[in-house]
Amino acid sequence: MLGYAGRILHVDLTSGKTQVEPLNGEMARTYVGGIGLGIRLWLDNSQAGVDPFSPDNPLVLTNGPIAGTMWPTGGNGHAFVSKSPQSFGVGEAKAHGTFGTELKRAGYDAVIVKGKAERPVYVWIDDDAVQILDASQLAGLSPAETEDAIREELGDYYIRVAAIGVAGEKLVRIACIMNDKTRAAGRTGLGAVMGSKNLKAIAVRGTRDITVAKPDEFMEYVKEFHERMKGPAAQKYRTLGTPENVLVHNSLSCMPTRNYNNSRFEGAEKVSGEVLNEKYVAKIIGCSSCAMRCEHMCVVAEGPYKNTMTRMEYETLWALGPYCGVDRLDAIIKGMQLSNYYGIDAISAGVIVGFAMDCFENGILTQKDLDGMDAHFGNAETVVQMVEKIGKREGIGDLLAEGVKIASEKIGKESGKLAQHIKGVEVTGYDLRSLKTAALGFAVSFRGADHNRHGAYAFDVKGKVNRLIAEKGRGKMVKDMEDTYNLIDSLIVCKFSRGTYYKELDDMAKLYTLVTGFDMTADELKKAGERIQNAAKLFNIREGLGRKDDTLPYKVMHCPVPDEGPAKGAYVSKEELDLLLDDYYEARGWTQMGVPTREKLKELGMEDLMCIAEPKEA
Amino acid sequence: MKIHERKFVTADPDKCVGCQVCEYVCSMTKEKAFNPLKSRIRVVRINQLANLAVTCRLCEDPPCVAACPRDALTQSETGVIIVDKDKCNGCGWCIEACDYGAIMLHPENKIVYVCDLCKEKGEPQCVKWCPEEALEVTTSDVLAQKARITAVKKLFHEAMKESK
Repeated sequence: MLGYAGRILHVDLTSGKTQVEPLNGEMARTYVGGIGLGIRLWLDNSQAGVDPFSPDNPLVLTNGPIAGTMWPTGGNGHAFVSKSPQSFGVGEAKAHGTFGTELKRAGYDAVIVKGKAERPVYVWIDDDAVQILDASQLAGLSPAETEDAIREELGDYYIRVAAIGVAGEKLVRIACIMNDKTRAAGRTGLGAVMGSKNLKAIAVRGTRDITVAKPDEFMEYVKEFHERMKGPAAQKYRTLGTPENVLVHNSLSCMPTRNYNNSRFEGAEKVSGEVLNEKYVAKIIGCSSCAMRCEHMCVVAEGPYKNTMTRMEYETLWALGPYCGVDRLDAIIKGMQLSNYYGIDAISAGVIVGFAMDCFENGILTQKDLDGMDAHFGNAETVVQMVEKIGKREGIGDLLAEGVKIASEKIGKESGKLAQHIKGVEVTGYDLRSLKTAALGFAVSFRGADHNRHGAYAFDVKGKVNRLIAEKGRGKMVKDMEDTYNLIDSLIVCKFSRGTYYKELDDMAKLYTLVTGFDMTADELKKAGERIQNAAKLFNIREGLGRKDDTLPYKVMHCPVPDEGPAKGAYVSKEELDLLLDDYYEARGWTQMGVPTREKLKELGMEDLMCIAEPKEA
Repeated sequence: MKIHERKFVTADPDKCVGCQVCEYVCSMTKEKAFNPLKSRIRVVRINQLANLAVTCRLCEDPPCVAACPRDALTQSETGVIIVDKDKCNGCGWCIEACDYGAIMLHPENKIVYVCDLCKEKGEPQCVKWCPEEALEVTTSDVLAQKARITAVKKLFHEAMKESK
């Protein structure tokens, strides 16, 4: 079957041995690639209850069947899967750029890294030759510096690198894995898993040809998508970019502000996508083989943060800005650049700072506790300093680097009520109190608080449902979106391009068929999307997560929106959450406790994982 | 050959975003496979703001031709560099001689290859496919014209601003 390289690389950092295993074609087709294949490979290569930082916790790197082709947004993605040090369940994150495509040309669909090196190392994958090389000279470097240093050392400027920064080395639980300077596999703390293995980077050079099953039709289809990407479906990303959301969310009163104390921000006009583009965006660039352009590169030209350059998106802008009460774009951009420099998830970083500020304003943390920083909401300098401290685990940063869940457990004093997370993963920029379809999506997301596992906010924000009420039927809506999102992350295509798949699964099935030569149907793909969701759920069940973890942050359930406007008084009650969960589990064909049933697993051809759903009594 | 007939592919640094679509379409056209290593046009990204696709400039008095010790390279009437596959032994002196890194050693057949403006297709495919319209087939004279026009426009733009 074309599309797949047909090989999995195993790297054992303890023994220093590497080994290549053929990819099972059946598994490739049923789990597609990306996170689907990654989750399945993780399950097959780990023991229940493994500690995220144990050498026995595999770090799985995958690309998808489309990688290496010139499919717009699809040629260039990769995914990391492991057990998350934040949720202790599924950890997964994707990134685009040039790394995934290089890995495919090197001849691999997946790399499974186990063990722990005695000292810092990096893995150098040069087509068939795989070496584990000393990385002591790279310790302390940022991911971008590491990329440059490895290219210099190996003497090839087209080598592609995925690396961790200081945060990953120091096991900061929100550490990410970065490639191409500004692209991050950001969420769920997988950079710390990499750091726990003493693995600084993975460098790849691939020289193989990538061919597709039906080249002429494929090229025609590429051309068609290039045209679609010039149209309305991708317009947002080419123009204002995701920061357009600032004013949209604010007007709907669904932009969590000051650690969820408000749902709209009086300073929104100052940090809008409009102002960002007018004052800071220097160029909008694209990933390898992509025909969209989304990456808004921002440059600060004056002031205390002069010469800062970084990419900005809505989520990170929101987290480092409104969520901390900050209305200064230059400081937000600096916070983002520092997040990239140390290698941390800037969404979580901003939410953690917002949490610390809330603790400060409530007298739970004092200025002394906070290394002398004035942590009132809105203090932009404090946000910048705190991001740096988290990245380095310095001073109070050492505690905050644990993420809001673990940090609040250590702080005590009711701080748990201020810790806005789901399954240990910090919230993102959607006020769930007034977006109840999104609230369900977030609650059941297998990687913790996240908008990118379902996109269910779209129903609420676009007014397709009454966003202020919880009702039956939302479960099916979330389920269908999840299945599609699982495919997007497994094929791997970019979520920003989702609108260009006019016929959604039919288009994706056609793409899969043209690339692989296997006659894929929309129905079979749909089933694969569902299968991946079930595999992820089984991952979480095996690691001890259950219905109690499919929940919402304290403030979402106990603190009604105080602001005047369309969302005033909104929150999600326990009864509403239960109604939504029951409805969703039913739509999924799971038990009331959210466990996949024997019938469901049979229907999806997953009998071999039945032992997780129905463990034998010891 | 008249000055307006010697056309080559050039990228506008203001428009190029480094997406490599040109590399993929070139290797597909020339080698029936996706492989940037076999593309006649290569993208350089110095940093996120500095991207440029680079290919053969069809130099007057091309140093690659002068450097070849085996007379394997010749320049055609239209300026395209022609590689005599029988004479080239992959020594790479032309590669060193080229200031643009535009002539490269093929990873498999080990002889050099360079942009030929897709003569079999009638037009360079990279230009046709570039999503940013950053690539064009042009001549030195037209490039100079454009630079002049841009400079003068800028001058008057500033002048008009000041007069307000």
